[in-house]
Amino acid sequence: MCKDCGCGIDPNLHSHGGYAHSHEGPKEHTHPDAHEHPHVHEHPHASAAPAESETRTVELQQKILSRNDEQAEKNRAWLKAHGVTAVNLISSPGAGKTYLLERTLEGLRGRVPCAVITGDLRTDNDARRLQGKGAPVRQIETINACHLNAEQVGRLLPEIADHGIRLLFIENVGNLVCPSAFDLGENFKIALLSTTEGEDKPVKYPTLFSSAPVAVLTKMDLAEHLDWSVAACRSALRQVRPGVFIFELSAKTGLGMDAWLDYLVKLTE
Amino acid sequence: MHELSIAQALVEQVEEVAAKAHALSVVRVVIAVGPLSGVDADALGSLFPLVAEGTAAAGAELAVQTVAIRTKCRTCGHEAEADATFAACTQCGSSDAELKAGRELMIQTIELEIDER
Repeated sequence: MCKDCGCGIDPNLHSHGGYAHSHEGPKEHTHPDAHEHPHVHEHPHASAAPAESETRTVELQQKILSRNDEQAEKNRAWLKAHGVTAVNLISSPGAGKTYLLERTLEGLRGRVPCAVITGDLRTDNDARRLQGKGAPVRQIETINACHLNAEQVGRLLPEIADHGIRLLFIENVGNLVCPSAFDLGENFKIALLSTTEGEDKPVKYPTLFSSAPVAVLTKMDLAEHLDWSVAACRSALRQVRPGVFIFELSAKTGLGMDAWLDYLVKLTE
Repeated sequence: MHELSIAQALVEQVEEVAAKAHALSVVRVVIAVGPLSGVDADALGSLFPLVAEGTAAAGAELAVQTVAIRTKCRTCGHEAEADATFAACTQCGSSDAELKAGRELMIQTIELEIDER
């Protein structure tokens, strides 16, 4: 089994891309420059400023989102210590994240203890849809923010992912751009793409699709009614993310759901 | 528009550095933005002065350095600049590439005006 995304495929047969599986966040995070600022040195430019003051240049080499990344690292450590695997589900609005989660929670009931954190700008509609399926669910209303951040997720972890939870789904705000910039402390990102969106979305939105080692093609039951080519979509995904592990499924008809559920079970083993 | 969150995070860090150095003002902030960072540099540039208003970073110039995407071919090891669509390796034709640069969203330098009296 692949040690990174746990997909059960011989690692020699599919490559995942070292950069994403090494989890850019933690990798850059441990870079000593980012937090200890050992490189701070100053260059006086006295001649350019008034006699009483001078301009100094401080070299930082620090990630702009370092505060979010620090919290994400805390989340990651907490999840690891509690034996929880966390995946960050990202897609455009309407790609079918919530419906897939509904069917997934039903399919994993009795097999893997799951929890869900779901984010939307407004309403707790998604949390209500996901209730009653044997998994604790919490809604984050971001009000106007187009993404979840590590602090929002970190606040909820002790109340939702404790007590024997093994798999945490973080359903991000529906958006193909912004959520990919914010590390939440997940093990990895899963990008969803529905057949109604067009097969070239991965090359149009490479920021997300290049950072997700797993992609799920949803609404496959509609593919035959649309001018949509699974081969073209797979090719576009591989172009921006060589070795991406791809699921094709329909949560509505159940097509491909067994492989998806087995994969999720394996992630927790 | 997550650039607003990014601008706020940026201004917070600039304020911290300025406070630590007891700076009179912040003259210039230089950041590096990669094409795969998911950040629109123009939007960030427009938001920065608005977020900086009333803080120690007020009036500071924001300079953006664009970082090129660089990939390393996993088949032959050739390193090259790439565009965001990751064309095949120009040396061996393989499309199995590893991203070496392009996701940066970093503060490079901050120029501060310091009282020397």
